[in-house]
Amino acid sequence: MPVFVGIWCVAGLLAIAALGIAAGRSSNGRTLVYGGCLLLSLAGLGGALWHLVSGQPAVVQVLPVGLAGLGAHLRFDGLSAYFSIVINLGGGAASLYALGYGRHEEAPLRVLPFFPAYLAGMNLAVLADDAFTFLVAWESMSLASWALVMANHRAPDTPRAGYIYLVMASFGTLVLLLAFGILAGTEGNYSFAAMRASQPDAMSGALVLLLILIGAGSKAGLVPLHVWLPLAHPAAPSHVSALMSGVMTKVAVYGFVRVVFDLVGEPVWWTSLVVMGLAGITAVVGILYALMQSDLKRVLAYSTVENLGIVFVGLGLALAFRANGMGLPAALALTAALVHVLNHSIFKSLLFFGAGAVLVATGERNVERLGGLIHQMPRTASVMLIGCAAISALPPLNGFVSEWMTFQAILLGSQLPQWGLRFMIPAVGALLALSAALAAACFVRAYGVTFLGRPRTAAAENAHETDNWSQGAMLTLAALCVVAGVLPGPVVDLLAPVVQSLVGASLPAQTFLPWASLVPVAESRSSYNGLVILLFLAISGTLAALFIHRLATRATRRSDIWDCGYPDPSVATQYTGSSFAMPIRRVFGATAFIVRESVDMPRPGDTRPARFRIKVIDPAWRLIYGPTARAALKVALALNRFQFLTIRRYLTLVFGTLVILLLVVAAWR
Amino acid sequence: MAIAFDLAAQTVQMFLVLAVAPFLLGVTRMVKARLLRRIGPPPWQPYLDLWKLMHKEAVLAHNASWLYRTAPYVIFAATWVAAALVPTFATGLMFSWAADLIALVALLATARFALALAGMDVGTAFGGIGSSREMMIGSLAEPAMLLVVFSVALIAGTTQLSAIASHFIDAHVGLRVSLGLALIAFVFVAVAENARIPIDNPATHLELTMVHEAMVLEYSGRHLAMIEAAAAVKLVLYFSLLSCLFFPFGMATADQSLGPLTVGIVSYLGKLLVLAILLPIGETAVAKMRVFRYPIFLGGAFAAGALAVFLLFVSRSF
Repeated sequence: MPVFVGIWCVAGLLAIAALGIAAGRSSNGRTLVYGGCLLLSLAGLGGALWHLVSGQPAVVQVLPVGLAGLGAHLRFDGLSAYFSIVINLGGGAASLYALGYGRHEEAPLRVLPFFPAYLAGMNLAVLADDAFTFLVAWESMSLASWALVMANHRAPDTPRAGYIYLVMASFGTLVLLLAFGILAGTEGNYSFAAMRASQPDAMSGALVLLLILIGAGSKAGLVPLHVWLPLAHPAAPSHVSALMSGVMTKVAVYGFVRVVFDLVGEPVWWTSLVVMGLAGITAVVGILYALMQSDLKRVLAYSTVENLGIVFVGLGLALAFRANGMGLPAALALTAALVHVLNHSIFKSLLFFGAGAVLVATGERNVERLGGLIHQMPRTASVMLIGCAAISALPPLNGFVSEWMTFQAILLGSQLPQWGLRFMIPAVGALLALSAALAAACFVRAYGVTFLGRPRTAAAENAHETDNWSQGAMLTLAALCVVAGVLPGPVVDLLAPVVQSLVGASLPAQTFLPWASLVPVAESRSSYNGLVILLFLAISGTLAALFIHRLATRATRRSDIWDCGYPDPSVATQYTGSSFAMPIRRVFGATAFIVRESVDMPRPGDTRPARFRIKVIDPAWRLIYGPTARAALKVALALNRFQFLTIRRYLTLVFGTLVILLLVVAAWR
Repeated sequence: MAIAFDLAAQTVQMFLVLAVAPFLLGVTRMVKARLLRRIGPPPWQPYLDLWKLMHKEAVLAHNASWLYRTAPYVIFAATWVAAALVPTFATGLMFSWAADLIALVALLATARFALALAGMDVGTAFGGIGSSREMMIGSLAEPAMLLVVFSVALIAGTTQLSAIASHFIDAHVGLRVSLGLALIAFVFVAVAENARIPIDNPATHLELTMVHEAMVLEYSGRHLAMIEAAAAVKLVLYFSLLSCLFFPFGMATADQSLGPLTVGIVSYLGKLLVLAILLPIGETAVAKMRVFRYPIFLGGAFAAGALAVFLLFVSRSF
């Protein structure tokens, strides 16, 4: 009865939220709340895993709450179970991390009640089986996370971040509401079962898909709906940032997959063009902006935008293949997207935890004021290195596996019949290749400037290692990065029934292949084996080291920095984050950014320091949001006059409206 | 018995690339010296250099971390494993299924990631400049390389290197526009990835023109030996890839007995030698570029690769 595990988890989390209000002030409040969340997440994780592994059928439950005559429909099937795993894994890790990290919270009452409510909202969203419950869960997830973003409301940027987040979240929900309205049709049956049964015609199916793409895409951060994400995600406490980036964006993916692959039915092929085009641009733009940021958490937030782009490339490919009835390629693309969902949730949570540890240790999020932390925080630095390598899609870690599968799916795209797709897919492949390479540059920069080099400030020099709870959480996730990288077979097999139910085909069983290889289509076509790669790397690296140490010498001497004979003791001579990014800024500057560089060079003899300022502006603000905001303001100002009318005029207005509406009704009939 | 033979072939391949790598580097240096009307060191000089470096004590900066000391071995291991997985004298080696062409490119990216981090570890301006430029070059060269991979994979219908090579040997692929474009892109990428002129100068002593050498400036002794060896192996890797993808004649395919294997090894070594002579000739014919002209060079490679893939998506017969 796993649906009951899900229900009990949601109920338990809500109870803990209430407990958080009551016990938030006491010293044990933190342990109670986060400990309870950890246990419930583990229970939810266990239930979902058991459901998938034992191959249970979907379970349905109707609760007598919610809309009159509808009730709250809940359903727990393979797709819900898989996303439940993602949510509860991320939630459990964040709770474990927060057991230590939460100690540094200045106002625990601003966080403790909302954290469990947030987890409950996400858990309920994947259980919902009618549009009403889904939207209620979706909104409570948004609002709880908004409250968590505002926890640190005195920081200068936070109110703006919270405001923009609220506007974008409401916009997204509004669009979702319209999409569900179309799906429900004229009878207005809002249960997913009824939507599944009534296949909409092609045009309204495509319209629903586009609306869902906007609604879910605004939560997932698809360009150009991404602007709130790099503001809001970093503003929250770090364990919440991890949940928002690593997990909540995945609930958006769930919403997209549930509606598009499960409810809408057969897609129209050209909709996949829109999905893939947006996703490819999202991937490249996201990582390019990540490269330009100096705030560590904002780098991570922009990189979330990139990774969601990769996920949506997979989903778009799956749509294209499915529209042409190509089962196996569709299964490969969908599996790649869903595996990347899990992988990204693991390493993004890990990286946000590390950024939180750095924040606690130094009080800094700006990489230009950090440096050399590998000496003061050796354990955090080690796990962060694994996270950075994983997100840069380097073998043998997990990020590469899903990226590799996406590339394999792209290569199958040449069999598609439509010319539009045949032109779009290689372009998307090129964009994906570019974003993968830029991701490596981005994380070399983020890691190198933060953890390597010499400390740039006293705060970085006097940093200290983070607490044991946080270390435990980070170590667990880092281990998962390695395990999921070398043994991807079980995850793919876990997804097989899910994918089977969504696109009508699934990849062949992987787990028991010799040497735990990954062979998505056929042995002669492509195979990848992370385990053998890891073994080979370990053996050849160790052999080389042993050979040199034994047969040559292992003598080592410590000395000053050489630096071509002219070492400069000033730490300011190191490369900074913005100087590291400069070549890439130059290369892509003209096309992707609006960059303002200003040099303030004092005249000879003047002793004031020279200044170089750089400002990178996201073109989305300039091209879309600026004009929209100005137009809204203009309309609002014009309408403002209606606020100061006399009673006579108000009555005339009401009368006039009534007459017009009656005329409309009369004309309509 | 068959397993033992397969294992032996795989081991021979692994140590063959390692053994010939310094020699090829020596040949390119010698040819280059002759073209510049110098006598130059003998082709076996790199062996002596490596031997010398290995036996010197390693001097580390006071603030060098464990990452700085481990990185050379990671770089070496990743490059060596990648080189060992390229079919050189025979297709279908024992572990050729472990990584396909995409994974191979990613393994080289792993090596680059470690090298760029190591360049930033001590906290000098040179290290930073090298890492920054290397990642810029990499972020343009790697996608171009992946597009080359896509185009050969689309022709052969597989991303397995062994299978691609056998396909090109057996299936009479013939001259194709897409392959020509892919070859151009590949050569551009190989030049950039191996830090050769016009992108980088392996023999430079003007610090501001260095990329690869700037990153490894602080390294000495056995660590430097590892990095130099990795650079030599990488050159062999690109030579082998070039000969395996575009000139695969002579390789032992189905019949893996001693005779074809010998032919394979001899023809492989011959191909390497030809490439090692051609490379310095090309290098001396052009001048080094300014850093901010790299994007034009690599963007050309990217465009050629993208065009090849587009053509193949339009029709398999291109």
